[in-house]
Amino acid sequence: DQVLHIVPETFQQVQLLQHLCSSLLLDLWKPLLPEDIGAGEDLHMRVPAPLVQEVKHSLDQHMISYSILIPDVQELVDQNMPRERSSLRQVPEGYDYTQYHPMGEIYQWMSEIQNSNSELVTQHYLGNTAENRPMYYLQISQPSDKIKKIIWMDCGIHAREWITPAFCQWFVKEILQNYKSDPKISRFLQNLDLYILPVLNIDGYIYSWEKDRLWRKNRSPYMNGTCYGTDLNRNFNSSWGSIGVSYNCSSIIFCGSGPESEPETKAVAQLIERKKSDILCYLTIHSYGQYILIPYGSTTEPASNSEELMYVAEKAAAALTEKYGTSYEVGSTSLILYSNSGSSRDWAHMIGIPFSYTFELRDKGTHGFVLPPDQIQPTCEETM
Amino acid sequence: ELPPSHHSATRAAALAACYLSYQRGSPWRGLALRAVRSCRRQDIDGVGHKYYLELVLEDVLDKDSTVNCTAEVLHHLGNKKIAPDVQFTIEGELKNTDEADNVFYNRIKSLEKELVAENIPDNHGNISPEMEPIRLLAWVASGYVIWQNSTENTKFQLAQIKHVKQVKRSDEYLEFDYMILLHEMVSQEIIPWQMTVLWHPQHGVQVTRESRQPKHA
Repeated sequence: DQVLHIVPETFQQVQLLQHLCSSLLLDLWKPLLPEDIGAGEDLHMRVPAPLVQEVKHSLDQHMISYSILIPDVQELVDQNMPRERSSLRQVPEGYDYTQYHPMGEIYQWMSEIQNSNSELVTQHYLGNTAENRPMYYLQISQPSDKIKKIIWMDCGIHAREWITPAFCQWFVKEILQNYKSDPKISRFLQNLDLYILPVLNIDGYIYSWEKDRLWRKNRSPYMNGTCYGTDLNRNFNSSWGSIGVSYNCSSIIFCGSGPESEPETKAVAQLIERKKSDILCYLTIHSYGQYILIPYGSTTEPASNSEELMYVAEKAAAALTEKYGTSYEVGSTSLILYSNSGSSRDWAHMIGIPFSYTFELRDKGTHGFVLPPDQIQPTCEETM
Repeated sequence: ELPPSHHSATRAAALAACYLSYQRGSPWRGLALRAVRSCRRQDIDGVGHKYYLELVLEDVLDKDSTVNCTAEVLHHLGNKKIAPDVQFTIEGELKNTDEADNVFYNRIKSLEKELVAENIPDNHGNISPEMEPIRLLAWVASGYVIWQNSTENTKFQLAQIKHVKQVKRSDEYLEFDYMILLHEMVSQEIIPWQMTVLWHPQHGVQVTRESRQPKHA
């Protein structure tokens, strides 16, 4: 691997480099995000060894000059590595899982997780958000000659539900720290692959950090830029637009201009559709309320396998309560909460994924969306 | 008879808990709904829907301290401007908070400059210890606002205090002008709301004025 130093001269060059970074999944060291690449500004990017030739060729073709900042990344890493190897080596050191992290840090975390656990973890590009940010998921997969079933989990579909990306990160850390020593986890990984999307609604999440803590939707513009955001959990193709939604952009439950009208929805739906015959379980993590919800929201008709869904959910809720006494209610959204259509969980079940659940994490309203950081650890531990 | 987890039951229970909390709360005592034990609904022709509830409430500051209560909630037919009727009975005694209440009362009374604060909790969920009673007072007072504005299709929670300003008074009461954000669960909306709150350790919490604000307040 090499790290290249480039100073783009023109806007065209900037665009080219942004495209190169996103499409080849290049590791940007400076700046953090492709959209922060600017003309006249330093760009440092790490190019994986197999792509070095191709990238240099591309740069030459477009007359973009570069210099080699680090000719051999592995050599540098080896030089810097201390002698002893503890189990903590597998996860990024110093990352505080008991605090909330802004998106830039989460992007960095994903790269580091992949780099320090490359035998198990690969980072995959899913698509771009409405504001053109790359969406990545982590695949945790133990090499084996078996075809394994998949468990999908996404967090952060609603911007203000900060505890959920925190949970996805915690979950990944727990798996990676304990898969060798914990027999349950190790057996899990022998038979299952995990696909984890730590932040689905990246634009919304960033907006909730910078502008409006209680924002929910994504940030796609409507009505000539006078109104923003679709509720991504009303935008899936499951009885889309029929109930529990608004057709007005100014509403917080605006369902979009059509099913999968939003790039984030499309990106997730495309992947899940493609892999659906291997996906055993679809989990989508929300807050708050302390519920495990089964399909459907769009109708009170029970799902075809609702007995089985309830049985598993009740076992999960019981296990959760065991840890700290936190009680979760179990049932279908339409009975427990309200009617809604276009939810990702309903859609996953409708296309044939047998186990499809929405988790609503802590609490029951005393703090609601603004859950204090000292509850991150207990929430994550019990949900684990 | 309704299953306790059904949304009709939980919405009525939340409303009863808010009302009860308002009637019995203080800057050091908030009561939150822990569980619904049972719920029965009666449809009364020409009048409305009446809910009979058995609830378990918990002390917001001491989650292990719980109390049972029964409540009746009557949602009037048709006219949405009338607040629902709520009655309740608490089994047993509530914890005595006189000492903490008085300490807080004296602290605020003796402030040279009126108290002013913003964003409680902050975006990460943190609250400083001095602001906890200010926050709980708002939570208790919001019980009144929620009671006055609830229907069978709403479930409100206090999401955040955007702004609070103390108003000095010549009488013994403490007065606070709050701008709060309420989260309405069914529509998922965040609604800014202004409320003027009076409190005295012996006279309880009173909301003397409340008004819904436009979204971009």
